[in-house]
Amino acid sequence: MGKYYIFQDQKRCIGCYACELHCKTKNNAPEGAKLCRIVPTGPQVVKGVPRMHFVFMPCFHCEKPWCVYACPTGAMIKRAKDGIVYVKEDLCVGCKNCITACPWGVPQWNSETGKVMKCDYCKDRIDQGLEPACVTGCTTGALKFISPSEASQIKREQFAKNISPLKK
Amino acid sequence: MGTKRVYSICAMCTGRCPIVVDVNGNEVEHIWGNPYLLGGYHLCPRGAAGKALLNDTERPQTPLIRDGERGSGKWRSVSWDEALDYVADNLKNIIDKYGAKSVVLSDRGGAITEFEKTFLAAIGSPNYFNHHATCSNSIHNAHLSVAGLARNGITYDYKNCKYLVSFGRNLLESLVTGEAKSVIDMIENGGKLVQIDVRWNYTAAKADRFFLINPGTDYALALALIHVIIKDSLYDADFVKRWTVGFEELSNFVKLYTPEFAENETGIPAAEIVKLAHDVGNAKPSVIFHLGWMTAWYSNDFYLRRAICSLNALLGAYEAKGGLIINKGPEAVGKPLKSLLAQVPKPKDPRFDGCGTKYPHLSEQWGLAQELAHVLLTDEPYPVRAYIVFRHDPLASLPDPDYIRDAFSKLDLLVSIDINYSETGWFSDVILPEDTYLERTDHVIARNGPKPGYILRQAAVQRRFDTRPRWWIFKELANRLGVGQYFPYNSIEELIAWQLEGTGYKLEDFNEKGYIELVDKPIMWDRVDGLKFKTPSGKIEFISKKLEDVGIPSFIPYEKPIELKPGRFRLVTSKCALHTQGRTTLNNRLLNEYVSENHLYIHEDRAVELGIKEGDLLEVENEGEKQYIKAKLTKYIHPDVLFMLHGFGDDVPLRTRSFGKGVSDVRLQKGLVKVAIGGNCPFTECTVSVKKVK
Ligand code: SF4
Ligand code: SF4
Ligand code: SF4
Repeated sequence: MGKYYIFQDQKRCIGCYACELHCKTKNNAPEGAKLCRIVPTGPQVVKGVPRMHFVFMPCFHCEKPWCVYACPTGAMIKRAKDGIVYVKEDLCVGCKNCITACPWGVPQWNSETGKVMKCDYCKDRIDQGLEPACVTGCTTGALKFISPSEASQIKREQFAKNISPLKK
Repeated sequence: MGTKRVYSICAMCTGRCPIVVDVNGNEVEHIWGNPYLLGGYHLCPRGAAGKALLNDTERPQTPLIRDGERGSGKWRSVSWDEALDYVADNLKNIIDKYGAKSVVLSDRGGAITEFEKTFLAAIGSPNYFNHHATCSNSIHNAHLSVAGLARNGITYDYKNCKYLVSFGRNLLESLVTGEAKSVIDMIENGGKLVQIDVRWNYTAAKADRFFLINPGTDYALALALIHVIIKDSLYDADFVKRWTVGFEELSNFVKLYTPEFAENETGIPAAEIVKLAHDVGNAKPSVIFHLGWMTAWYSNDFYLRRAICSLNALLGAYEAKGGLIINKGPEAVGKPLKSLLAQVPKPKDPRFDGCGTKYPHLSEQWGLAQELAHVLLTDEPYPVRAYIVFRHDPLASLPDPDYIRDAFSKLDLLVSIDINYSETGWFSDVILPEDTYLERTDHVIARNGPKPGYILRQAAVQRRFDTRPRWWIFKELANRLGVGQYFPYNSIEELIAWQLEGTGYKLEDFNEKGYIELVDKPIMWDRVDGLKFKTPSGKIEFISKKLEDVGIPSFIPYEKPIELKPGRFRLVTSKCALHTQGRTTLNNRLLNEYVSENHLYIHEDRAVELGIKEGDLLEVENEGEKQYIKAKLTKYIHPDVLFMLHGFGDDVPLRTRSFGKGVSDVRLQKGLVKVAIGGNCPFTECTVSVKKVK
């Protein structure tokens, strides 16, 4: 299992797209390339109020990344130490196989370099002990950079808080 | 992160969020929120996109003098000396002929207004005004009349709030970073959010309760809430007794406005209104009835806002934990900043716009932007011949720009000082391009709030083009007009040192966190003896003597909104998280990619009646003005309302990304350049018809 996971707290997310913008500026992504995405779903009526959910979609850094299998040059790499899937730019020949292979539309075409770019959890930041730009910059602090096992922990905690009889 | 970190203040919208800029060489690597003030590096999407503004070549890069008809877009690029001489010579001629009062100046308002105000006062003109007629005059003036405090004289303690009620303030979509985050914190802490609006939006999506109200009936709801709160004794009796005047008159006035009455008007069930009143009563005093933000709605908006202020007062929410905290400035701890403006004698002439005279109850602090056109066209009360418009775009933000443009044609001199080509700039004689906020240092500003302090905008990188900072532009103009003595500094560092004299602080003290805090703990005034309302009585005034003395009633009866003619809709506008007012963000490469045009939201049922389908091109019409926009169908909008985002329909061809995309709401707002009783333009009184383009 990979070491990292981006948990999105639906309660806190307001669909503002700051995560995408922080990601774009951090990675100097050209027009059209989105390395992570907020996908609005809804509105759907819950308890009388139309609700909207915003699904945060970075790369999932799959256990068995099809993008890596599809890459003919070895440019798409799954980093052994933490499972981050990234593009080694100088090896990328721009064949777009990874773009076709990924079921989630994650790898992006960089029209300025003629190569593929993708979410690598901002591994340069991680290597400096920082978090991905989307997480750091999120307007409301809805995104959390955690390990996959912590996610279920957070969900349990939230559930307990929500049903807490002490809650006014 | 970058090689250097510079603390500063964002200027992508007027929220002025504290930021930290990662700089590498002379490049901005990234802009984050200031973690010391925002509890993390959080920053809204506009703030994050600031980097794209800096290097954008589609902004004015040198001073420009018009080289053709006004508005023709023909410019001559000139040196700063030539441009400033041109402006100063023209101003001199105009002042000689018509007096200094014939020069007017407006800006966007805010906390960094010292240079332009000082300049204007120095040449002897009283005519400073700003954008607020199109935004918040009614709430400013209402809050002044009730509490003696400006709109920004209070801070909302969202985090500790138990019940937040918003009449159409779209807190989570037309957002300011810290505010949106605190509201979410409040929800997470179990606080309740109630959104009242004519359309569902992202704030409503997070609300515990959302009421789709009949347009123009908010005042009936506010009065009914007061009615129930008084009738069922839900108010904070101690607070009301100690801190208010006119409670009895208020009680009598609201007798008529029963929940059943309000149900009829607003469409919100009476039982819901009663429940809401009880809920806020139970949560008091940790309650916020948000005063509003963009409140240029209806002619009676002043009274709606007075009623909202009264609700806060009835529940004892002023200076309560989780309520509205009265702001304290550095002077509260004996450390005021020195002010340039305070050194200038106050001009004696009466104002051009009638604030304080023709409109005795309206504050001179913000003036009446919408009066300029009338004054230009009539020369009453006196001729105005020169207009300096500074980081303000009246042609994009006031109603009916065609009418206003015609009036502007009468000016002998129209100068625009801005970082962008604004619509008004495009029609000017001269454009003086300002450094962007990432390239300039401004004066120190006071951070007013529970914890007063100072904060500073500091240049992160060197300027890209032949632009200049505001402190330099106004000083140079003042020098040329012989009043340079009011700008007694040679650099911004010198000015900052002068401002901070006697406080014990210096410029370097901003290096560590970007701001200086003057106290450790929030200053909370004593709710029994210590509150300072700046009204004549020193209390909350339900009955305002100041108003009544000039013949303005403290309450007016609720009136139904003007009935819609068949086939007409009410046009309502708002903003999204990705753009801001005045078209300052539309042409931003990053933000434009996300939202490049606006759409017209229409209720599904009405769309069916009119044969409109999702994505159809529609013609929207008012008084002969036609605009073309694509349809979006929704269930969650009042059937009488059409909605679009404000600010699109850019007319400046040099801004290639935003030029001609979407529709300008203000162009449809024909005949609304009016002064409503609160000093606001009644934007929402615009009605339009709509049809599918065959
Ligand atoms: S790019 Fe697609 S396939 Fe590759 S790791 Fe990410 S989500 Fe999986
Ligand atoms: S920045 Fe945060 S709140 Fe905004 S859309 Fe992204 S995850 Fe949601
Ligand atoms: S809300 Fe966003 S754009 Fe406005 S000042 Fe804050 S960061 Fe800047």
